[in-house]
Amino acid sequence: MTALLNIKALNAYYGQVQALHGLEFSLNEGSVTTLLGANGAGKTTTLRAICNMVRTTGAVEFDGAPLSSRSTENIVRLGIAHVPQGRGTFTTVTVEENLQLGAITRSKAGIAADIERMYVHFPVLKQRRGQQAGTLSGGEQQMLAVARALMLRPRLMLLDEPSFGLAPLIVRDLFKILGKINREDKVTILVVEQNAQLALEIADHAYVIETGRIVMSGKAGEIADNEDIRKSYLGY
Amino acid sequence: MDLFVNQILAGIATGAIYGCMALALVMIYQAIDNLNFAQGEMAMFSTFVSWQLMQWGLPYWGAFVITLVLSFVGGVVIERALFKPLAKAPILTNVAGFIALFSILNSSAGLIWDFTIKEYPTPFGSAPFLGSQLISTHQAGMIGVTVLLLIALYVFFRFTRIGLAMRAAASVPESARLVGINTSWMIALGWGMAAAIGSIAGMLIAPVVFLEPNMMGGVLIYGFAAAVLGGLNSPFGAVIGGFLVGIFENLAGTYIPGVGNELKLPIALALIVTVLVVKPAGLFGRPIVKRV
Repeated sequence: MTALLNIKALNAYYGQVQALHGLEFSLNEGSVTTLLGANGAGKTTTLRAICNMVRTTGAVEFDGAPLSSRSTENIVRLGIAHVPQGRGTFTTVTVEENLQLGAITRSKAGIAADIERMYVHFPVLKQRRGQQAGTLSGGEQQMLAVARALMLRPRLMLLDEPSFGLAPLIVRDLFKILGKINREDKVTILVVEQNAQLALEIADHAYVIETGRIVMSGKAGEIADNEDIRKSYLGY
Repeated sequence: MDLFVNQILAGIATGAIYGCMALALVMIYQAIDNLNFAQGEMAMFSTFVSWQLMQWGLPYWGAFVITLVLSFVGGVVIERALFKPLAKAPILTNVAGFIALFSILNSSAGLIWDFTIKEYPTPFGSAPFLGSQLISTHQAGMIGVTVLLLIALYVFFRFTRIGLAMRAAASVPESARLVGINTSWMIALGWGMAAAIGSIAGMLIAPVVFLEPNMMGGVLIYGFAAAVLGGLNSPFGAVIGGFLVGIFENLAGTYIPGVGNELKLPIALALIVTVLVVKPAGLFGRPIVKRV
């Protein structure tokens, strides 16, 4: 397997404060990888650094091409869809317009068909298609955010705490769908989670991050089975 | 009774111009959260350009269309050159930028075309409209052009992909970038459109207020009042606000003793203050809720 995303010696800064310290990891094409860690460990910053939304030094390579000189919108155009923390819903436009916005960089062909596919993945969105997206519940907005990201037909999807604020049953549904998307559409997924147990169930590979450094890495199953790691880093 | 109807119709006609100015203000406010104090001077400058084109022998509508295009380009250039570098600067720096733009345009217009008052033609004529003494053909033309403009903008924002992208960039810029929208160019586009809309207002009002570098001063203040009344984040509200301000201005000038022509402007200001106190989001605006 080849690495789709390669990160080397990545530092990230908020003003004077350094949030990532020489981060190194890679994602295999077609895999699901999870980045675990406590609050403030640097998980969100890692995703933002990949999309060049914070000041960084070091190298991020996507399919062999360096990303650091590109603007966020140009990185997205390469096929990297980012579902941000807080979902980033376009609250003032309709659900269907949110989906169209996900495909705004594509040519018109195939968009209508893709929207119908999203309604198969997420039937609740079909019922709400003409509604202002701001009126959706938190769970529905998270579904919409994932669907909007998929409308890009991404090669890599970055998800920032998709389970945040959702009821356990909805979270389970959502992760089931993510697994399906990874298998059927061959989308590589990097998911950042505090809900480690759930993330490890769908992931192939896991990294544990602490104060801006990778402190542990391994197959998802091995990390889930290792009681020491679970207790010291993952809190369950 | 005739006087009353006449005042209402005349109010709607000038209100159409206020609505256009308000529309231009709203376009830029949506994009950068700032009121463009130089909007009136941009419109004035465009109107001078169209006048110059006619002096060179172009027919009215030819000059009209070329001015629209030039204004659009001018708006984009102003954003790229002056306000893009100020995008992350504090509000006061931006305000200084607007004032600079205001005086640059005002003085250059005076320098190029001098400060004497010039007549400006109307393509609609000034005969009674449909044989009625209540409203002239030019006034009817102002209303008609504004309504057409509003319809065109509605279609643009509602049914085109670039319109959708502009709405998205204005409402949640960060998410817009994450779906691949170049938000910086959306802002420039907003400036271009605002400049073009403003030029329409300038060219339509010039036959009434005559052409000179300070012609848009009063109009801009009414435009502010209209935008505030209609809601600063609602293009539709801006035009309705324009009509309402125009009607209100005329009725107050006619029927409230002591107001007359001289005190009309303070009425617009009183209206702004009242709206901000009673209904800060305006008639059609969405209240903006911010987490602190």
